[in-house]
Amino acid sequence: MEKEGILVVKELSVSFRMYDKGLEQYELEVISNLNLDLKPGEIVAVAGASGSGKSLLAHAVMGLLPGNATVGGEIRYRGEVLTQKRKEALRGREIALVPQSVAYLDPLMRVGNQVRGNRPDEGRRKAQKEIFRRFQLQERAEKLYPFQLSGGMARRVLVSTAVISGARVILADEPTPGLDLEMAVEALKVFRELADEGKAVILITHDIDLAVHVADRIAVFYAGTTLELMKASDFQEGKARHPYTRALWEALPQNGFRPIPGFQPYAKALPVGCLFGPRCPRKTKACEAEIPMRKLCGGYVRCIYGD
Amino acid sequence: MGIEAKNVSFRYSNREPWIFRNMNICVEEGERVGLTGPSGYGKSTLARLLAGYLKPTEGEILLDGGPLPKKGVSPIQLIYQHPEKAINPRWKMKKVLQESGMCRQEVMEALGIERDWLERYPRELSGGELQRFCVARSLFCETRFLLADEMSTMLDVITQAQIWNVMLKEIEGRRLGLLLITHNKELAKRVCSRVICLGYI
Repeated sequence: MEKEGILVVKELSVSFRMYDKGLEQYELEVISNLNLDLKPGEIVAVAGASGSGKSLLAHAVMGLLPGNATVGGEIRYRGEVLTQKRKEALRGREIALVPQSVAYLDPLMRVGNQVRGNRPDEGRRKAQKEIFRRFQLQERAEKLYPFQLSGGMARRVLVSTAVISGARVILADEPTPGLDLEMAVEALKVFRELADEGKAVILITHDIDLAVHVADRIAVFYAGTTLELMKASDFQEGKARHPYTRALWEALPQNGFRPIPGFQPYAKALPVGCLFGPRCPRKTKACEAEIPMRKLCGGYVRCIYGD
Repeated sequence: MGIEAKNVSFRYSNREPWIFRNMNICVEEGERVGLTGPSGYGKSTLARLLAGYLKPTEGEILLDGGPLPKKGVSPIQLIYQHPEKAINPRWKMKKVLQESGMCRQEVMEALGIERDWLERYPRELSGGELQRFCVARSLFCETRFLLADEMSTMLDVITQAQIWNVMLKEIEGRRLGLLLITHNKELAKRVCSRVICLGYI
């Protein structure tokens, strides 16, 4: 058995208490059986359908879920099970988040101050200037308020915050949209350097074609669970094992731009057995049973077929 | 016949720096133009100017050589990057569609909008599902030009390909003009007949 990772997510489930009619409530499970482990020095890219629970995973790790959420399973950081209290103590120091929406910036605070944080010392000031220069944000940008920034500038500010936090684990939730190619590559390069220093990065992204160049492994999410964990190089070569991962690859503009029909099921009406079943070209009767993750060619896949 | 920005300059106020000066761009009917360039160069601002949401500080925006219509539904439709910000959160999806007067069954089917989604609120749909509604409502009969501002960046690649395949069919069938703002070179190559790189015009 390999050494346990710095961050281990085991059988994670997240459900929300929702109101139906009047005062009737029900539990809506949006993440189930989700597994992920992250080792120091590694970037794991998380790809998958929109609404498959990628951001929720990040929020569950950070302890940012709203009050009506229930979290099951286990999240361990350096061998220690994280409770809500522990998450609050660690976040921003040991575990940092690059939030998905630029609306996470404080609208009433100049962005330079936000990046430096409370009562910054000289080192932090220097780090902030350094990273802004690297991201080609002008000196002037420090003094601006979030509403004065373009989408791409705000994105770079968000990334800067996590980069200078000194955290050991960085959860980057969509750090690249709105950035031009050169800038996006620069941002990813920064993450790669952090990983090479021994930090660990989870990179949640739709730009898989960019992410594969820096990531070590790829986790593919669908309808709230992991369908496949694979080496990034395997994805690049089109060697996906799960039919959904293959469909992702074929839908890229450079690989044919061919979409499969259908949709990811809504959390309220999940199919029995394999969650991808209704859209899968290879579906058989056997797919209606519970499908476990199994080891295959150096990765894991939640499919009974696959070669 | 097309939309045209003629010597357009823009800044938010007299004290702010210029976002761009003397910009000229033209999209003909049936033409698919891609617009790329570094962030902060005013691509989204240009889209908002062309759609008539902002007024140029200098220069003019022309539709078929005349000014943009002031009344009625605009023949130039802008689709944003964030569908959740473009839809009234307190309306059911049915009302959102009714407001735009768009109810062509074949478009809905092609986009894969399911009947029971119409009874849901925006927060009960994912970004990809909402974006289908934004595309559907922009495709009513009088639409002649579509401005897609990073329309598909927040969507997974399968949803992107699904939506673009419908859009392209509609654009070709009706000879609509398209301005596509994107950072994805592969997408621009696939979709557009001509690509403009901002910073060089």
